[in-house]
Amino acid sequence: MIRFLLRRLLGAAAVLLALAALTYLLFYAMPGDPAQLACGKSCTSDQLAQVRHALGTDQPLARQFWTFLTTLVLGHGFSTGPSTVWCSAPCLGYSYQSNEPVTQMLVERLPVDVSLALGSAALWLLIGVGTGLFAALRPGRWRDRVTNTVVLTLGSTPVFVMALLLLMGACVWLQVLPFPNYVPLTDDPAQWAQNLLLPWLAIALVSAAGYTRLTRAGVLETLNQDHIRTLRAYGYPERRIVLRHAVRGALPTVVTVAAMDIGMVLAGAVFTETMFGLPGLGKLAVESASTVDLPVVCGITLLAGALIVVANTAADLLHAALDPRVRI
Amino acid sequence: MTDPVLQVSPDLPVSPAVQVSPVLQVRDLRVVHPGPVTALDGLSFDLAPGQVLGLVGESGSGKSAAALALLGLHRRTATTVTGEILLHRPDRPVLDVNAASDAELRTARGPELAMVFQEPLTSLDPYRRIGTQIATAYRLHTGASRPEARQRTAEVLERVGIDPKRARDYPHQFSGGMRQRVLIAMALALRPRVLVADEPTTALDVTVQAQILRLLDELRAETGMALVLVSHDVGVVGGLADEVVVLRQGRPVERGATGRLLGAPEHPYTRQLLEAVPRLDAPLPERKAPAADDVLVSVEGLRVDFGSVRALRGVDLTVRRGETLGIVGESGSGKSTLGRTLVRLQDPTAGAVRFEGADLAAWRGRELRRRRHELQMVFQDPTSSLNPRRLIGDSVAEPLRVQGGHDEAALRAEAVGLLERVGLSAEHADRYPHQLSGGQRQRAAIARALILRPKLIVCDEPVSALDVTTQAQVVALLRELREEFELTLVFIAHDLAVVRSVSDRVAVMRGGEVVETLAAAELTRPRHEYTRALLDAVPRLEAVVSPG
Repeated sequence: MIRFLLRRLLGAAAVLLALAALTYLLFYAMPGDPAQLACGKSCTSDQLAQVRHALGTDQPLARQFWTFLTTLVLGHGFSTGPSTVWCSAPCLGYSYQSNEPVTQMLVERLPVDVSLALGSAALWLLIGVGTGLFAALRPGRWRDRVTNTVVLTLGSTPVFVMALLLLMGACVWLQVLPFPNYVPLTDDPAQWAQNLLLPWLAIALVSAAGYTRLTRAGVLETLNQDHIRTLRAYGYPERRIVLRHAVRGALPTVVTVAAMDIGMVLAGAVFTETMFGLPGLGKLAVESASTVDLPVVCGITLLAGALIVVANTAADLLHAALDPRVRI
Repeated sequence: MTDPVLQVSPDLPVSPAVQVSPVLQVRDLRVVHPGPVTALDGLSFDLAPGQVLGLVGESGSGKSAAALALLGLHRRTATTVTGEILLHRPDRPVLDVNAASDAELRTARGPELAMVFQEPLTSLDPYRRIGTQIATAYRLHTGASRPEARQRTAEVLERVGIDPKRARDYPHQFSGGMRQRVLIAMALALRPRVLVADEPTTALDVTVQAQILRLLDELRAETGMALVLVSHDVGVVGGLADEVVVLRQGRPVERGATGRLLGAPEHPYTRQLLEAVPRLDAPLPERKAPAADDVLVSVEGLRVDFGSVRALRGVDLTVRRGETLGIVGESGSGKSTLGRTLVRLQDPTAGAVRFEGADLAAWRGRELRRRRHELQMVFQDPTSSLNPRRLIGDSVAEPLRVQGGHDEAALRAEAVGLLERVGLSAEHADRYPHQLSGGQRQRAAIARALILRPKLIVCDEPVSALDVTTQAQVVALLRELREEFELTLVFIAHDLAVVRSVSDRVAVMRGGEVVETLAAAELTRPRHEYTRALLDAVPRLEAVVSPG
């Protein structure tokens, strides 16, 4: 267990380092000078040089990358003319655009993605496991086929189309909900849930298909196993066999996949956030990429990478917790 | 089919052994699978408390279908069951398993009719502690409190020889034999009136088999439960059953008291079945002993570790050219690891395997590719060692195709030729593995091993997944082939009688070591006590059958 976590930690460090290097290379190779962008159109060549120096873009690539890494781990002092601002670790630098500390920008936006991920995961698990079980109880019959068709149709819909349909349906035609406008949970829980309902649904309806199929297949597979026959031979009621034992057999896979999917949403649901105007990491990623805001993009990439590594580790731990045969 | 089929009128007292009123009466039981395929046709018997009925037959004889039908386990499937299965209960009305409602049947499953299955490895819920599984089944029927159920669980675990402390362990922490004990404990907790044991020891070693059979017999004597013992192995049934019914293709062909039926079988099929049972007292075929100095393989100080597990701890062994060396031992004795190392599917941790004097581990790259075909292997489970998505003919020709230099027509001709040699036909080449029987699949696997004309074939439990008759046929085939192809065979099996019947010499393994090597003829007079223990565990047909 400890060894497993240590190995994962080392692995994660390597992945993140590679990610950061790749992002850096990509941006370095891209046309467009961040200093020029930051300085504006009426920028003299002297000013431009100053800005370059302040941003550190006049340094060679390797040097810049090294500064980025040491800054991240140790923190860094940035001089703004007369005074020096200390950016404490984990410091990801300052946005070229808004001059805000990147770490702070990320911390502000992360709750949006956490809300989005946990809420939609609860919904997609409810829908997916429910429909999967519903379909598995009478395999091959009409309700199995109808469930499969509906769920597959939903699952093949791109999330932005789903988002549009939900917005049109709920906010324009039926007018049962206002257009979503993110309210933090700490401000008003009811408003928070109401405004996130449509984004949750959009992600959940599209993602549920996978869970329906996982659950259906898992339950059917388990029902065919020898140990279920033992339960029948000892007079267990069929309902109990399905609800407790067959579902239990499907659970480890479902939970493992869910943990990884949650990681993906946490790391920024670009389409959903853009469609619903949610101020999350995904939206920030799109904005900063289009303005070549290198520190922000790097910060998001690293955070996303870290979240996915954490989710994968969580998935493995959950799998081991749910299946006594798995040792880590 | 003109075989005489045993006719039993329902009114006739079925067996002279039954004097007490029966607990279970089965009348004209028929099981039909969709197709329709009649799996079982007209089984009738009476079973008194404390009595043991043996159901014997090869695979496809309908014995498992019968076992499942006794508990009504074909319900909710496409299979139909007709006939009467009457369970007599002291203070309650007679239950007809076939006619009872689901709810009625549920209350009878467990406390009245219980079952132990063939697959102890998979018959327990992998996600629940074994104690919980026993206690839950107990509480379901008795309404006992948790502490009471825990108490009862501890009692029955103790009784079947498992430390009650292990109630908190999961099934995967137990061996196959221990898991079978857990299942028996689960039944025992409810004190069933009838226990149906469907091939309860087929997946287990001889020594473990002997323990489980003894346990079942003791419990029968203690609790007075009646036992239906289903097996393809006449030896297993013979030691325990009072009465035996022989099934063939779903029809009962002979029934009688065990001693009489095994000693003086009336039906030709019963005789055939008995002859197929490998016996330790059977005469050995005359065979020219291979020269002791012509060594094909020599194993020197072989050690194989898997992590901290020592599979082989220093094995020394020689295989002479042209001989058949048998290797016996319980599971975990290292015999499969040894076999895999002999064909270089496994590299040694220390020591060496020398093939024609050269160290196998030194074969690398081109040398390995060029000579690999000299070593072949036949595995236990032909179902999983043949690619289910390829035609048999292609699977057999595959090793030759990999070697290159043959066109499709030549490959086909060679594959068909070999299939015919192993007792199949050209038509089988165009079938998929699932369309063949277990014995036919194993024949195809043997053909595949032969196609490269190897010098050595290691057969790892080649017949233990097959029933006795098929087993005898495959063993006979191997005997013929080794003469014809001048093969050297290493024959790994846990069944001593089978090993004795094919081998020139036998190596006995235990705990990763060879405890002794002796000539096949001397196997029944071993020097080592472990070999003697193995021999004693073999169910003896000759002990049941009165001589003459």
